[in-house]
Order: sequence, then C-alpha cells, then structure tokens
Amino acid sequence: MALVNPDFVEEVKRSGRFDASACMNCGVCSAVCPMGIELLPRKLFRYVLLGVKDRVLENVETIYSCLLCRLCEVNCPAQVHIAENVRFLRCYMNKKVFKI
Amino acid sequence: MPLPIGDTVGILADNLRIRKSVLPVPDKSASAWARGLGLTRGGETILYTGRMYQLIPYIEALNKVQEKIEDSWIADFVKVGRVINRFINVAGLLAVPSRNMQESCGRILVNIARLLRRAGVEFGYLYEEDLYSGALVYDLGVDDVLEAHARRVMDVFKKYRVKKVITVDPHTTHMLRSVYPNLIKGYDLQVKSYLEVLVERDLKPRKELRLEAVVHDSCLYARQENVLQEQRTLLDKAGIDLREPVDSGKFTFCCGGPAESLFPRKAKENAKKRVDQIKKVSFRAVTMCPICLVNLQKAAGGEIQVEDISSYLVQAYCGG
Repeated sequence: MALVNPDFVEEVKRSGRFDASACMNCGVCSAVCPMGIELLPRKLFRYVLLGVKDRVLENVETIYSCLLCRLCEVNCPAQVHIAENVRFLRCYMNKKVFKI
Repeated sequence: MPLPIGDTVGILADNLRIRKSVLPVPDKSASAWARGLGLTRGGETILYTGRMYQLIPYIEALNKVQEKIEDSWIADFVKVGRVINRFINVAGLLAVPSRNMQESCGRILVNIARLLRRAGVEFGYLYEEDLYSGALVYDLGVDDVLEAHARRVMDVFKKYRVKKVITVDPHTTHMLRSVYPNLIKGYDLQVKSYLEVLVERDLKPRKELRLEAVVHDSCLYARQENVLQEQRTLLDKAGIDLREPVDSGKFTFCCGGPAESLFPRKAKENAKKRVDQIKKVSFRAVTMCPICLVNLQKAAGGEIQVEDISSYLVQAYCGG
C-alpha cells in the first residue's frame, strides 16, 4: 500500500526545482539506461509527483546510482529534465536524510 | 553492504568546503606539470585545468581502497572517518597516488599547453590558485557547498582579471559554461574547451599518423556542451581513420565513472560494457575526459589501448 503525503508534494512544489509532470511513463528512459535502472527516473518521479515519500526514501541507493549521463534525457519524448530532477532528489536527501 | 552514501558524500563535501577540493591534491603537485613551461601567472586568457587530470591519480588510489572496503564490515567505519576527516585529511592519508599515473596525467596537460602554443594562443595559468571546479559535489547535489566554492573560484578569476577561460576537460567546461552562470550574478566569462580553440585556429598538422581509432565521446561534451565535431575534425586532419562504436556521438554510452565515488563495482561493470562495445570496432580508443580515461583503462585491463586525445594531437600537430 502506498501512503500519500501531501506535505511532501507541497514541499517539492515550493522548491520550484522538480518538474516531471510532462512524463508520459513511456519507459524509453529505463530502456536506454546504461546502469539498467528500472525504478529511476519514471517510477520514482511518479512517486515524487504523487507524494509517496516513503517509496522515495526507500530508494536512496537508486537515486545516487544514476550517472547523470543524460542518455535518457536526450531520448525522452516529453523532454523532461531528468538529470536536474535527480540532482534535486539528491539535494533533498542530503539535507533531510543525511543532514549534510 | 555498499559504502555508506551519506557519510561518503559528506566527506567529499567537507573536503571541498575545508580544503577546496573533493580529494585534496597538494598545490605543489597540482601545478608541477607547468614547471619549466614559463607560463605567465594569470592574465586575460588562462588555461584552467580545474585540477581534474591532477586528481585522477588520487581518485584511482582512493578507489582501490574503496573497492576493498565496499561490501565489507569496514564500510561501517566511514561514519567515524567523516568525523576525523574534519580535522585530519583522511582521504589524503588513504590515497597515495602512483608516480607513473601522476606523470602521465601531467604529460596530458603539457600536451595541451604545447598544442595551444602551436596554435598561437597566448595564455596564462593560475598555478596553485587553479582550483577544482566542484564538479563532483555538484553531481552529488550538495548545492550550498558548491555555491560557496564557486564564489571562491570566481574571486581568483576576478583577482587576475580573467576574461577568457580555456578548459581541458568536459566536467570543468560544463561547470564553468553551464553551471556557474546560474550561481554567480553577473557572470561574464567566455569559456571554451581547448578542442574548440584548436579548431577555431585551424591548426595544421605537421605529421600524418596513419592509424585507426575509436572515438569515445564524453557524455557532457556530447549531450550538454555540444562538443562533438571538434574532436573528429582534429583527429581526422591528423590522419586518423576514425571508427565509431555502436553508441556514439550524441548517444554515447557512459563510461560509468560518475558512479565511482559511491559504487566502485557498478562503475567498473558499466565501463566493461563500454569496453566490449569499443573492442568490436577497434583495439584503440581515444578519450577526452580524465574520468573516462581512467575508468576505461581499468576496465580494459590491456585488452584495448585507451589514450587521451591530446597524446595523438601532440604527435600530429607538434610533431611528437
């Protein structure tokens, strides 16, 4: 069961730094990912947009495993700024989880 | 268990904040490559290394340690390491660079300086004030530490009244050309990779190399900074028969290097995939990024020859 956290949605919105609403969940990003990451970006981005904070926090390793190589980004038909969104998630983790 | 992410990121960010680099390279060692070249200190146009090539031997040495402790019980002690690291440079104690690698990375920078001189470019160098750009901390998302560091870098540029910056690698190019403008108010530096400068100057080769090689594009050059034709033009004019691997140009396949600081094993697996793609086309690969160079060399284990582009360019355009 996924628990939606409206505060998390609000927090992400307020930052003005995460934008994946154009994502159509087509799966091209996962198909071309050199690291073979299935969860990131599309599924994890969906969790962020929906506010399923627990699922996001469960996947710290995935968030930091992304190479930021942008192969997914140049292939994304919706032109989502994937790498910048991943960097936002890392910033979030650094501050909220790791207290850096 | 993998290396603890938060503590590892914390150590790298602390190092940048306290010691101006993710892995502190002694100033003397960072500028040693320029000894005897008679480069002026600073000036309107500078060659800015961002210490990327100088960092490679240290990254390599630390990576060997990380590989050993990744998935072992010792990984738990990284937390303690972070606390100690604030007072004592732990990474500096663990990462003892190989002299051979230091010399070969230094040679790459000398090659680049020689090529620019051959093209008639007048440039200075900041010596010990040529600071790391903060590229890794940017990737890891420690933005406030990066912003403070970017201001430090800019202060040095202002001090020497720098207007034009010639970069030597894709990460530094990206930081100065695409990231810093969003961090620094009134940013007006003109930033170009040395490959772009050499093409602009229409440098003519002195020697034809007559060999075949695969171009391994850097992700940042190919997908962010639009440096795609320059390397091909220069290599082609040098007489190199260029081959392309299955994923090339704008769709180049990452060497895996960006994962190295946190997941050495994953980085190596990825580099192996790329080496497999390359060796289907040629046994000689040309890189233009220090991270790609070291990662592919390590994964290749001698199966293919991986060389920095400057090694070929200096032979062709400077006659050896």
